[in-house]
Amino acid sequence: MKSSFGLAAFGAAAAIALAGPATAKTLVYCSEGSPEGFNPAFYTAGTTFDASARQIYNRLVEFERGTTKVIPGLADAWTVTEDGKTVTFSLRRGVKWQSNKNFTPTRDFNADDVIFTFERAWKPDHPFHKVSGGKYEYFNSMDMPKLLKAIRKVDDYAVIFELNAPEAPFIANMAMDFASIQSAEYAAAMAKAGTPEKIDLDPIGTGPFSLVSYQKDAVIRYKAHPAHWAGKAKIDDLVFSITKDASVRWAKVKAGECHVMPYPNPADLDAMRKDPNVVLMQQEGLNIGYWAFNTEKKPFDNKKVRQALQYAVNKQAIIAAVFLGAGKAATNPIPPTLWSYNTAVKDYPYDPVRAKALLAEAGFPNGFETDLWWMPVQRPYNPNAKRMAEVIQADLAKVGVKANLVSFEWAEYLKRSKNGEHQTLLLGWTGDNGDPDNFLNVLLGCAAAKDGTNRARWCHKPFDDLMIQAKQTSDVAKRTDLYKKAQVIFKDEAPWYTVAHSVVYKPVRKDVIDFKIHPFGGHIFYGVDIAEKKK
Amino acid sequence: MLRFLLTRLSLIVPTFLGVTLLTFSMIRLVPGDPILLMAGERGMDDARYKQLMAEMGFDKPILVQYGHYLNDMAHGDFGKSIITREPVLTEFLTLFPATVELSVTAIALAILIGLPAGIVAAVRRNSVFDHAVMGASLTGYSMPIFWWGLLLILLFSVQLGWTPVSGRIAVQHFVEPVTGFALLDAWLAGNWDALRSGLRHLILPAIVLSTVPLATIGRMTRSSMLEVLNEDYIRTARAKGLPPWRVVGLHALRNALIPVITVIGLEVGRLLGGAILTETIFSWPGVGSWLIESIRRRDYPVVQGGVLLAASIVMIVNLTVDVLYGLVNPRIRKGR
Repeated sequence: MKSSFGLAAFGAAAAIALAGPATAKTLVYCSEGSPEGFNPAFYTAGTTFDASARQIYNRLVEFERGTTKVIPGLADAWTVTEDGKTVTFSLRRGVKWQSNKNFTPTRDFNADDVIFTFERAWKPDHPFHKVSGGKYEYFNSMDMPKLLKAIRKVDDYAVIFELNAPEAPFIANMAMDFASIQSAEYAAAMAKAGTPEKIDLDPIGTGPFSLVSYQKDAVIRYKAHPAHWAGKAKIDDLVFSITKDASVRWAKVKAGECHVMPYPNPADLDAMRKDPNVVLMQQEGLNIGYWAFNTEKKPFDNKKVRQALQYAVNKQAIIAAVFLGAGKAATNPIPPTLWSYNTAVKDYPYDPVRAKALLAEAGFPNGFETDLWWMPVQRPYNPNAKRMAEVIQADLAKVGVKANLVSFEWAEYLKRSKNGEHQTLLLGWTGDNGDPDNFLNVLLGCAAAKDGTNRARWCHKPFDDLMIQAKQTSDVAKRTDLYKKAQVIFKDEAPWYTVAHSVVYKPVRKDVIDFKIHPFGGHIFYGVDIAEKKK
Repeated sequence: MLRFLLTRLSLIVPTFLGVTLLTFSMIRLVPGDPILLMAGERGMDDARYKQLMAEMGFDKPILVQYGHYLNDMAHGDFGKSIITREPVLTEFLTLFPATVELSVTAIALAILIGLPAGIVAAVRRNSVFDHAVMGASLTGYSMPIFWWGLLLILLFSVQLGWTPVSGRIAVQHFVEPVTGFALLDAWLAGNWDALRSGLRHLILPAIVLSTVPLATIGRMTRSSMLEVLNEDYIRTARAKGLPPWRVVGLHALRNALIPVITVIGLEVGRLLGGAILTETIFSWPGVGSWLIESIRRRDYPVVQGGVLLAASIVMIVNLTVDVLYGLVNPRIRKGR
């Protein structure tokens, strides 16, 4: 009797233990590579941001999951003065930092952390500027040093950013991964301990997941930050299983070894659609692949020539041959997911007869000879530039234009095209901050024509004036209007042949709940849940 | 023997210098600028570019850079990755055990199967077994590793579900790295589930990596055995009535092994090459995929330091093989 009671008690205890909340929910993400490090301010690769900024840290403002909309983050509100030069952030109270084996925080997030983070990147004489060999590449490439005049603490929960010039996209910049907020208290503690670099190696953030361990090229482990300000994540453990080959990633999803994977092989898409355990999600990427004409060189200084080429090339054939269907024909230089996209703009139809007529009008009845540069690498906006160049070349031949295909090693390609050595070239862009300025002005403005990121080297005053006006106001309705006008001018002037926006595919296992494709290409697991397994 | 060892050792210094010169110049001859590659489409203004070049020491004349590199190496400083900013040696040491684990298993597999198969094929020349072994080894030798690996994954991991797809250990197991060898760490920690998981993960990559050396060793053993079996002293041994296992196992094998040992030594060097592909397919966290990545990113210090470290390992292995060779073959150590 006695022993059977003991057994029953043991059985009951075991049953409770199994049924209770002890069954931790683990989500496994088959990531595509190792992060470069865990301080997002130092790097520019999406793989690194996925592993650091998007799980461990927060920013003053955030992008709403699955959209390009800017929403409150560590700042619960912000105001911009009339002249657009002073931005005041009001900071959220009660935000808890994570802790680790090095450090347990004694205070909540406050203004000191904001000042520390930005001054560290900005001021070369800041005691932490050079720690970990910091380079702050994104901070520099977004022109923050030129933009910032001063950062001031009003009190523990208010910070003012003074700018040198009005810059409407500034708020969106603050939502970017490089602007992730680090703890000033942790930094001070590590400096005191003589190991300042630990704040970057063993990161502490305010984000939904804290880092548990990292084994290079193998695995990254996180656990949910229980005191996360917006509530604990629905999953308990998050694991990145680093798997570099796309076919192997897919095999792992199929075998149930991971729940989500990025960057599938186009050739596997069909099998993914058919797999009963997998949902294949898709969304247009925040990118543009284009064919730019160097408008500083003849004959591309002639608008009629540029327009003629728009009619000469069959876009649908490129989408089919190069993107294997995983692309959408581009009309405007910004993707349709971006606000201010002008649906009224109509693309040039494929019409070789019209192209020939326009070329004759421009003084080239027998066509001409030119170079067509193609990039030697695969990019999200162009999976196979060589193939694309060949398709374009064949179409051009039909209207009498002889295109010679040219390519260089990638860094060399970027350098030479920045110097304007090309006549026409294939390239593209992936958006940084979800602001139209980040496409239209950065790629097509006059300042960009001067420094070379405007590969068409196209400086058109009516267009550029719109860019400058749009930067100076934070009124979104007004800006939308200006950018819509700019897209009309762009289409008529035709400095580029807009090729395509890629379509991003993401195979996700059916038991994953509420995963969303992030328009910026990142992977965010806060808010994602896993269905309980049926017993 | 001592003289033999000293001669071999004295060759190490010029080989070492040769490797440094090769890696240093090759990675610089490949077009591509590490800093511009990092910047990508975004680009970088000239002032910033110059500043970064100076910080990384790439602005100095090439000979000066080489001098610094040699000097650092001589002091055991292998530099820091320009991408992760971690010391190259640290990265190498965390990744190398995985490569060793995989390579040792693969070469052991190749020897354990290849040697007996080659011997039996030679003894039973022209039998069905001989033809089967030779056919299989020719197939193995010509098999493209990448394709072979994916094929095995699709069959055993996806279709049959017998083995895991990739990785070194299932994600639910966490063993604190002590030695860096996953199996050993799991065993030391007494974590049997993790050990089992590690072994299951090792099966497919080890088979894939061992395919080429297995084929080579099998063929080499067979042809070398055939040659020896035709020697006069074997006929004598047989004539004086020794049992066949003694003739083959002692008299013939000992002499037949000499070229096989050389081949095994060479295969160890080639394993590192094969490991690069195998590691990529199976997401095996070793030095192979690490080196490939560093070349793609033009991470000069990692390429220079990593290749040098890998080359040193190969040199040590080859030296060991040479010594073994001397032990087996008295003609070598006596310098005749």
